Amino acid sequence: MVDCVFRIGGEGGEGVISTGELMTIALARAGFEIYTFRTYPAEIKGGHANYQVRVADKLLLSQGDHVDVLMAFNEEAYQKHAKDVPKGGVIIYDSDSFSVPPSDHHILYPIPLTSLATEKIGIKLTKNIISLGVLAALFDVPFEKFAGLLKDRFKKKGDAVVQKNLQALQVGVDYVKSMQKRDSIRIGSGPRTAKELVLSGNESLALGAIAAGCRLYAGYPITPATDIMEFLAKELPKIGGYVIQTEDEISAIGCVLGASFAGTKAMTATSGPGFSLMTEMIGLAVVAEIPAVIVDVQRVGPSTGMPTKTEQGDLYLAVYGGHGNCPRIVMALNNVEDCFYGIQRAFNLAEEFQMPVIVLSDQYLGHRKATVPPPDLAKVPIISRRKPTPDELQKGYRRYKSTPDFISPMSMPGMEGGGYVAEGLEHDEVGYPAASDHENHLKLTQKRYGKFIEVEQVSNEMCRIHGDEHPEIAVIGWGSSEGVIREAVQMAKEKGISAGALHPKILYPLPLARIRDFISGTKAVIIPEVNYTGQFATLLRKRFAYDFIQLNKCVGLPFTPKEILDKIEEVAANVRTSRQPHATRV
Amino acid sequence: MAQVKEYIGKVKPDWCPGCGDFAVLNALQRALADLDIAPHNALVVSGIGCSSNLPGFINAYGFHSLHGRSLPVATGAKLCNTDLTVIATGGDGDGYGIGCGHFVHTCRRNVNMTYIVMDNQIYGLTTGQASPTTEKDVRTKTTPEGSIEVPLNPIAMAMTAGATYVARGFSGDNLHLAQMMKGAIEHKGFALVDVFSPCVTYNKQNTYPWFRERIYKLEDEKHDPSDFRLGLEKSFEWGNRIPIGLFYKTERPTYEDEESALRGGISLAKQPLERNNLASLMEDFL
Repeated sequence: MVDCVFRIGGEGGEGVISTGELMTIALARAGFEIYTFRTYPAEIKGGHANYQVRVADKLLLSQGDHVDVLMAFNEEAYQKHAKDVPKGGVIIYDSDSFSVPPSDHHILYPIPLTSLATEKIGIKLTKNIISLGVLAALFDVPFEKFAGLLKDRFKKKGDAVVQKNLQALQVGVDYVKSMQKRDSIRIGSGPRTAKELVLSGNESLALGAIAAGCRLYAGYPITPATDIMEFLAKELPKIGGYVIQTEDEISAIGCVLGASFAGTKAMTATSGPGFSLMTEMIGLAVVAEIPAVIVDVQRVGPSTGMPTKTEQGDLYLAVYGGHGNCPRIVMALNNVEDCFYGIQRAFNLAEEFQMPVIVLSDQYLGHRKATVPPPDLAKVPIISRRKPTPDELQKGYRRYKSTPDFISPMSMPGMEGGGYVAEGLEHDEVGYPAASDHENHLKLTQKRYGKFIEVEQVSNEMCRIHGDEHPEIAVIGWGSSEGVIREAVQMAKEKGISAGALHPKILYPLPLARIRDFISGTKAVIIPEVNYTGQFATLLRKRFAYDFIQLNKCVGLPFTPKEILDKIEEVAANVRTSRQPHATRV
Repeated sequence: MAQVKEYIGKVKPDWCPGCGDFAVLNALQRALADLDIAPHNALVVSGIGCSSNLPGFINAYGFHSLHGRSLPVATGAKLCNTDLTVIATGGDGDGYGIGCGHFVHTCRRNVNMTYIVMDNQIYGLTTGQASPTTEKDVRTKTTPEGSIEVPLNPIAMAMTAGATYVARGFSGDNLHLAQMMKGAIEHKGFALVDVFSPCVTYNKQNTYPWFRERIYKLEDEKHDPSDFRLGLEKSFEWGNRIPIGLFYKTERPTYEDEESALRGGISLAKQPLERNNLASLMEDFL
């Protein structure tokens, strides 16, 4: 069985990330499941960067709890990460850069990466490729996967560059031959033979948006959402759509509303600061009943916060942001594959219910890569908005006509007889401003909230349960924590604890029926969140008189399975001894 | 040719009697009729303010958006449905104040649409505060000792930001105004028509008689609108003589011309949704 975590650390801008990405793709091509984890400095050059990839011959749910192999390009990387390598783990380091005193704790492989690069190849930066050769040879990853990948990557730069890289790879391989292997890690080839895509969460989301029918993307660069725009700028024109880069986020969502009003599916993606700017427009989309998809790849806030670090801190803003009574749908994406399907569901919900859908991702999910089976388009059929019939257009079209399901047919410019004014003012059924009509305001507010009756049914359907369906110790999480929670629940069950996790995909409106059913009969319910105050727990407490136990982590990093397992075990022990549960911060 | 009455909306304008905006509405209806643009193929997008209520009073598709945000919404709509005649309207506070960022960038993009600003040099809907075009030393509710800021020059801003049709009209000369608008709608590119549209209630300085004493038509002085430097020079003329008319006009490829996805000629909103072409996109990620 293979389940191994590699971490590469070094100076930002010196190829740590690209080395990690090459390693990831080579391992995926070798037939393994991969799960990367990436943190990088906010600076473009300099600062500490690291890239982690977990590789296994089974479905991977998290980045793992420890590091099996650390590749340290400099001393800072060693100092920062050696503590995450347990006893008996492997540390490979550039012995030209620093030295490590001999120890029984770790298996050390000092390798003069820099001098190999300068002496054998003549280019210092090839030490990254040499290190890949070292990893391939030492852990028996098929050499041809690396060689093939380097050929693919560098063929545009000409044969000379390809040859230099292959030569560097071989230098690493040869060096390992001169060493004695003292660890027992062997990777080999994985069980999967069918090709899979290697996508980041952001790439998967962007691809899903295209599959959903998005043809206009309007956006403004912001970490960690920018790569969605970059991906679409390259890919959308191939299928007839395009990207407009606007002067700010307000303009971006303005363009989205204009485009959607005119009949095109459109999207914008941003992070906290940009999302804050968009809140006024979200209210406009609500009152004018315009389908819109807004993605928030969350980062640490408030304000500029920690732009390259992860947090689940924008839930309040997503659910409550904006003035007035303002119903919108809030979804959270769970994993890289779900980014592809989840965003399609978001477009469908926006179209069907004619309201903005806010999709929450985060830096952890947006920037990590995973192997994903080639997408199945049949899984999510496309839904488009309800349009007026010719009869409705001829006989005095009313844009906001009252209907049993609160959804009115939406005309688009160019349709004869369908003219109306999309209004930010309160309006009547026709669309005429009605800023002084008190009864009408109540009626139209009821119409807008009335759509929630059906959305809540969808919310109930879009939940997943992992582990026991009616556990003693329950966990309810959201967003990108799903895999980690699932792994923790499995571990808890292996230890004999009755544990189970509910993971809703739609957070607003809440899947009340499913949650009610899930928590009835449990002895304790834990709500793990990567934020300080427990924003989701607060949403739940509004609707359930239940003593939810919070588990909060607020250091800009995602949960590890062990952190959640520890809490499950602690709570299980408390339940047995009837001690009061309490909130914890990791 | 279409009749002006076809463009009259069902809602009666709520402007003060004598407001300059009546003339703007009327001139726009006349321009649309003269150009024979069917009401269902016209879209009028506005922000917030007295003048931004205009879409409600015209028979066409409309979008009464947020304060300062008419141009992004209009841009999104136009770029997805290039068959539409898109006109953005609003006031000086809306376009040159809160929406100023969008204004300069929309000029730069040169999207094929028309922007009509009813410039009354005051915030009217909020009952009389200084605006970005309020003249220095003018007393308003928020500048009781006179404004200490200098006004913006929207004509010069539009020209330097890249607008390709820059004109000014006056609500006191309806035929000329309609002519400016017609030229703007016919022009291929981003066109600004800044209109002196006096606020009879809150601006006691820049009144109809005040303008009548000062304005002259550039056309009457044989101004060459293809001359950028001259146009810019004219845009700074203020005081005893104030020019109206076409300051500058040039041909430059529009955003739609330059965007490869739009060159096919079929509006995005009218294209059938193809889902089978994803396979080629995925090759890069295997």
